Amino acid sequence: MASAFEYAPAPESRSVVDIAPSYGLFIDGEFVEAADGKVFKTVSPSSEEVLSEIAQAGSEDVDRAVKAARKAFEKWSALPGSERAKYLFRIARIIQERSRELAVLETLDNGKPIKETRDADLPLVAAHFFYYAGWADKLDHAGYGANPKPLGVAGQVIPWNFPLLMLAWKIAPALATGNTVVLKPAETTPLSALFFADICRQAGLPKGVVNILPGYGDAGAALVEHPDVNKVAFTGSTAVGKSIARSVAGTHKKVTLELGGKGANIVFDDAPIDQAVEGIVNGIFFNQGQVCCAGSRLLVQESIQDELLDSLKRRLNTLRLGDPLDKNTDIGAINSSEQLARITSLVEQGEAEGAERWTASCEIPSAGYWFAPTLFTNVTQAHRIARDEIFGPVLSVLSFRTPDEAVAKANNSQYGLSAGIWTEKGSRILAVASKLRAGVVWANTFNKFDPTSPFGGYKESGFGREGGRHGLEAYLDV
Amino acid sequence: MSESATRLSVFKTYKLYVGGKFPRSESGRVYEVSDSKGKWLANVPLSSRKDARDAVVAARKAFGGWAGATAYNRGQILYRVAEMLEGRREQFVREVADAEGLSKSKAAAVVDAAIDRWVWYAGWTDKIAQVVGGANPVAGPYFNLSSPEPTGVVTVIAPQESSFLGLVSVIAPAIATGNTVVVVASEKSPLPALSLGEVLATSDLPGGVVNILSGKASEMGPHLAAHQDVNAIDLTGATEGDLARDLEIAAADNLKRVLRPRTEDFTESPGTDRMTAFLETKTVWHPTGSLGASGSSY
Repeated sequence: MASAFEYAPAPESRSVVDIAPSYGLFIDGEFVEAADGKVFKTVSPSSEEVLSEIAQAGSEDVDRAVKAARKAFEKWSALPGSERAKYLFRIARIIQERSRELAVLETLDNGKPIKETRDADLPLVAAHFFYYAGWADKLDHAGYGANPKPLGVAGQVIPWNFPLLMLAWKIAPALATGNTVVLKPAETTPLSALFFADICRQAGLPKGVVNILPGYGDAGAALVEHPDVNKVAFTGSTAVGKSIARSVAGTHKKVTLELGGKGANIVFDDAPIDQAVEGIVNGIFFNQGQVCCAGSRLLVQESIQDELLDSLKRRLNTLRLGDPLDKNTDIGAINSSEQLARITSLVEQGEAEGAERWTASCEIPSAGYWFAPTLFTNVTQAHRIARDEIFGPVLSVLSFRTPDEAVAKANNSQYGLSAGIWTEKGSRILAVASKLRAGVVWANTFNKFDPTSPFGGYKESGFGREGGRHGLEAYLDV
Repeated sequence: MSESATRLSVFKTYKLYVGGKFPRSESGRVYEVSDSKGKWLANVPLSSRKDARDAVVAARKAFGGWAGATAYNRGQILYRVAEMLEGRREQFVREVADAEGLSKSKAAAVVDAAIDRWVWYAGWTDKIAQVVGGANPVAGPYFNLSSPEPTGVVTVIAPQESSFLGLVSVIAPAIATGNTVVVVASEKSPLPALSLGEVLATSDLPGGVVNILSGKASEMGPHLAAHQDVNAIDLTGATEGDLARDLEIAAADNLKRVLRPRTEDFTESPGTDRMTAFLETKTVWHPTGSLGASGSSY
């Protein structure tokens, strides 16, 4: 099958990006070494090549960065909104100008296909800054009363799956509302945040308004627990989200958490099969399935299960896995060896629990971290692969007979972030959408994002919304 | 009482309000409630962990129907609560005066404000979605709408001092939007809360939407805060020692939405934040197709 779809290599050039051999922490407008001199290496997950050596923030650095952000807060929050807006517009424009460079950088550091960083991540990053730039001088009209006030210093911890996009989701609304920021990128993907620090300098952003602290979980915890942080924003695992919720108990810190998911993608018997198949593929194999809102549970109506699965498998065998910089590549590398180990272990449990595994036939490169598109049938709701977030290119297929059963199964989860509905019947879309306990419902589409559209979960997928007018609330004292 | 010396009055047995019924505590325990001068008023149920769990089961059972009711219908019912309270105004004035040590006229002002609060929230049920929801102009051929939805089962630790106006001010916003609640009434002044249950039972409010427990927040709170089938917790009345912090820690276990205690003047006009505290935002996307030059794709 795969041979029918051979493509000549079409690699995007690496020469648009110049990665320095080492980077410091970005505190108070300067790149500095960590107080204890610690460094760590960031590698390209598709080749295991070391890309750069990065200063590793510790608690002393967190304190320094929070102090810088606190110092900058007074002036930044007092600026007219129209001036803050112009800084953000500048940043949005510089991101657009440097878009190809950043896309290649992100692909190198994260492992995701250039097709995605170029066509999804970067356009959304720029759009997010552009959107929130416009809010900065219109906060009186946002529905939170007259002259709503910022909170102060925001401590933000982001994941590795959409490094620069998650940075944009955190920093753009924070700055628009007049807060200052200390942001910790994930330890496996620090580079795009450090390039963003350079963009802040190019934009002339006042020192200390944005501080970037690459580091590990200990730095994230120190930031969240720092007594002079007024706002905590976290995107990542539900387990860490819960520990953050505990650590801020009894304080006045405002918290938003965007956590895990186990999204149900429901396909009814009247759905257009070809479109549904594309939606399923996009739902679980976009970004190698390393997406909190992935449609990782396929709920298919029993009468079309065989037909749908045949089409789906046929399609999966045409996905091209390999060099993320190749413009033809559909499936890139898994972000780290740790994540690969976690995916592998959950898949082994799926097999051990009796689910039936099917994996697309594709060649796995010899270096780097890879996992071929995989689906499981004969999955019950009790199976771990139907309950736990795998965060990888692994789809669990369950079936249903009636819409009520579909809704019950979709909602049978600790999570409530996303869901999909595929049917031609409008009334069924609206009825099912209203019963799903999920923050984002995609009907006859999946994995669509926009800065104007609020995003966030029900239940253990976290609380608060990012994006849109709703996203302002997280950074205002209201 | 003085002129009725020839007739012995009939005392009321104060009972819990759970699932639309009026049970005693399964534990068989009661505690004494006195007025502000220390005069005995009643023996009320000292609710147990089991009572709290039963109340959560009742609230969960009621959630689908109440959240699924039309906003208009919820508004009608909340307005009916105000009507029923108006008719029992004298009783509540007496109970509030006893509970809070207020003069008749001050207690009457409190009760009037509480009745008016039901009217305020009755009017909100079919407006909040337009105020906090709306269409999102996404950059693509998609219809995209955000709507508020109730969080689910909310545990409310009711204010300790404001035994009636404060109580109404925390219950009404939570249920106006379709949540169901388990309320732990003011420990020292639970009588207005328990009497409110009798009003709710005759206001067409479905059983289980509001469940009222009397007893100790420090005893029931930890179980309700840790309960895996509770979605949110309002800590307004958790003012004792480290109780609010401890409950917030327990609530993190299934990431309940937490409303922390704050200084609040319940006589002031409420904003919308007690409603939005227990609302989720659901955003639904759908392709719109397009009518471009390349032809119809819808």
